[in-house]
Amino acid sequence: MKHMTRKATRHVNQNENLIFEKSSPGKAAWKLPPLDVPEVDTTKLLGKFERKDLGNMPEVSEIEIIRHFTRLSTWNYAIDLGMYPLGSCTMKYNPRVNEFVSRVEGLANGHPYQPAKISQGAMRIMKTLSDCLIEITGMDAITLQPAAGAHGEFTGLLMVRAYHESKGNARKKILIPDSAHGTNPATAATVGYAVENLKSNERGMVDVAALAAQMNEDVAALMVTNPNTLGVFEQEIHKIADLMHAKGGLLYMDGANMNALVGKARPGDFGVDVMHLNLHKTFSTPHGGGGPGSGPVAIKKILEPFLPTPVVVTKPDGTMAFEYNRPQSVGRVRAFYGNFGMFIRALAYIFANGPDGLRQTTEDAVLNANYIRKGLEGTYDLPYSTPSMHEVVFSDKVQSKKGVKTMDLAKRLIDYGFHPYTTAFPLIVPGALMIEPTESEPKEELDLFIEAMKSIAEEVEEDPQFVLEAPYNTRISRLDETLAARKPVLRWKPETRGQ
Amino acid sequence: MRYLPKSPADREAMLKAIGVRSIDDLFSPIPGEYRLSRDLNVPRQMAESEIVDWFKLRSKENGDDYTSFLGAGAYFHYRPVVIDALVQRGEFLTSYTPYQAEFAQGTLQAIFEFQTMISELTGMDLANASMYDGSTGAAEAVMMAVRITGKSSAVIARSLHPEYREVMATYATHQGIPLKTVAFTDSGRVDLKELEKSITDDTACVLIQSPNFFGTVEDVEAIAEIAHRRGALLIVSIAEAVSLGIVEPPRTADIVAMEAQSFGVPMGFGGPYCGVLATKDKFVRQMPGRLAGQTVDKKGKRGFVLTLATREQHIRREKATSNICTNQALVALMVNIFMTVYGKVGLRELAKQNLAKTAYAADQFGKNASVLFTGGPRFNEFVVRTSEDPSAINSRLLGHKIVGGLPLKKFYPELGNAALWCCTELTTRSMIDTAVGIVAESEGSVQSMKEAEAQEVAR
Repeated sequence: MKHMTRKATRHVNQNENLIFEKSSPGKAAWKLPPLDVPEVDTTKLLGKFERKDLGNMPEVSEIEIIRHFTRLSTWNYAIDLGMYPLGSCTMKYNPRVNEFVSRVEGLANGHPYQPAKISQGAMRIMKTLSDCLIEITGMDAITLQPAAGAHGEFTGLLMVRAYHESKGNARKKILIPDSAHGTNPATAATVGYAVENLKSNERGMVDVAALAAQMNEDVAALMVTNPNTLGVFEQEIHKIADLMHAKGGLLYMDGANMNALVGKARPGDFGVDVMHLNLHKTFSTPHGGGGPGSGPVAIKKILEPFLPTPVVVTKPDGTMAFEYNRPQSVGRVRAFYGNFGMFIRALAYIFANGPDGLRQTTEDAVLNANYIRKGLEGTYDLPYSTPSMHEVVFSDKVQSKKGVKTMDLAKRLIDYGFHPYTTAFPLIVPGALMIEPTESEPKEELDLFIEAMKSIAEEVEEDPQFVLEAPYNTRISRLDETLAARKPVLRWKPETRGQ
Repeated sequence: MRYLPKSPADREAMLKAIGVRSIDDLFSPIPGEYRLSRDLNVPRQMAESEIVDWFKLRSKENGDDYTSFLGAGAYFHYRPVVIDALVQRGEFLTSYTPYQAEFAQGTLQAIFEFQTMISELTGMDLANASMYDGSTGAAEAVMMAVRITGKSSAVIARSLHPEYREVMATYATHQGIPLKTVAFTDSGRVDLKELEKSITDDTACVLIQSPNFFGTVEDVEAIAEIAHRRGALLIVSIAEAVSLGIVEPPRTADIVAMEAQSFGVPMGFGGPYCGVLATKDKFVRQMPGRLAGQTVDKKGKRGFVLTLATREQHIRREKATSNICTNQALVALMVNIFMTVYGKVGLRELAKQNLAKTAYAADQFGKNASVLFTGGPRFNEFVVRTSEDPSAINSRLLGHKIVGGLPLKKFYPELGNAALWCCTELTTRSMIDTAVGIVAESEGSVQSMKEAEAQEVAR
């Protein structure tokens, strides 16, 4: 350890092999109750379709399973351990009451096809969450069906397409700023649109003049992230909306950064026609190591006929029902109704906050990002001096002169007990360090982070090679990613026993 | 606000350090006319106890004391308690996609084990880290087959879950993938003759489900043979994962698109679930979704990383294999733990119990009404046709706190008064007997009504 870190220390860390390497015949972690119906002759019932062997499936006891996964868990970093400033991912606190209420019997065991008479609770949750999200975004209607942000983008663009088709021309392309998430262009392609890049201006925002030049009747929509991936609010957003609308195009907002706006500004008020939300970002449903997410899509009235089916409606007698008869619908994007368990968690989060809490949350997120910006300005290069909202993007310009890149700095940050920021994104900043602290960090944690980042910058000056070799405090050192990609080993086989 | 770790003094100190007077100064980039000057109209801040009460009420309104014969893509199996004990560890629950491998080995090794077990169970070479669910996974598999074969159309079995077919249609529309549907025969299985006729030189793939929507096990080998003869790939969708414990996996398929909800994932009113794709080695570079791979660190120690990322949207943007980013990781972990608990022997025994319950139920129903599709073996679902509308029978069953089988009129009007019934290891004999009794009563009264009418006519 070059410099001392106040946040982290090493502790004993258990080794653990793959579960298959712990397996041996005769061990078991299960017990079935006695059968209350006659036994069956499987061979007679299944004939040649009977499976005789389950291959290398493990055989282990319950304590081994508990230890196995507990040990694995200790090799992860998590919000519960400390600040996780992964920009754009919004790693905020995941309240435990959300987990608790999502497991209440009638919700956890509800079947998607149970009769409406005994589904009123679930529908009420969907309706209440929908109403809250419509109010928060300032939009007119919503679908909760998409399973994640990218799936929401897909759903949103399907509705954009259906809208244009209803006007007689689907149009050909989607405009996407060069600062956008990779999912935006990938989604546009999935919906059958060509992608046209839109250059950002010197302030890191949409170049309105360039947009005016590129906008024409072939453009179906502009996908804009606001605040954008630099953490910058698109100040000319209404001009952008007007430009789009004047030529019959729609304005899509990627709501990945909605946590900078909740309670402070509403996309529906500044001209957005369609947007997705990431419940796993703004509304605190847990990221769970990569999912599940949930990507509701909120829309303006003009797009309502195209919502995916079914839609929850309130009947004249006050009960709720799923409505399927919507002839202009884009169809279904997922079986059943979406990631319902995430709806429960997001709604519990909204309840816990209320209007005042939601606003304070947004304010604290922006406060934290600006505090970090102030603390690290001068130490790290700030490529855009435009004001930051909920995240701040630095670059490795200064450190790369010594051969140390953003990823190297990130690896060293691990030794200091922090999860790294997002590296090398957005693409318009060479060597980006994208830092999003969220509202969940106390001042003390932010101070430790600033101290760590400054300390690493000093280390780069003193001994760049030392930083290039980081991390030092993890179970394993840097992994050979080239080997993994060149000779993919994607599953265990008996002969691939590790050391 | 109880989730916010700052005192007013902290906020003041931070504003001062930043060099602004008030928090509003930090929001000045938002033009004034768009700044909200009122409270959002959402419910007021609630105490934790109020939140719990509110959701408990919703749970009561949601039939929390009913038992059910519903399946159709969402199955009620026992969930060992170790699953929730482990997935609620903060290190799993509150981490994200393992982009920084050194700091996420737990998640990565767990994914690697998940991929291994899914491969073993499906009979495929490899599997990905997860997809949203079975329906979107099947659609992505078709798009994958189009990329692999360079052909453009797909043939879909009508015995594939109707909502999966709807999702497929949504995805296919703008990909320029024409879809053809192939019917099922009286045995409840894919009509092989029609299938043969449906496949052309432009068919990229055939997509079937086995056990299919009716619970009937398809003759995968025969279907694969027909598909492969014309250069089409075979995609097999599996909605009831427990079947893999005792039904031969579709080894002759090219892609398996699975819904793993049955493996320890709560039914949760339809989600979140766990889709997953498994395929052959040679197709890996066209597979969407994340993959964990084994490698070594600088000292030669085994470790795991996300790999083959050049397939993915954050690298390839519009040329990616899919737009998927966030997947179903924590749900995949539930599946992983479930598979580990039951393992090699338990999964088979569990599947066997499902088989026994279903055999008993189908037998009993068969004594009073007509059980369709007896041509092939079935796993845990079966179709019962009654004289009376099954919705009417179901409303009487509801009085016994039992949810009857899914009426099929909406999806398959040609089947008349048919309903899809499902049994798992959690279905009790007494539940079955009660339901059978009510169906028998219904048949009996319809019968005596008919007889009365006949007598009336005779007179």
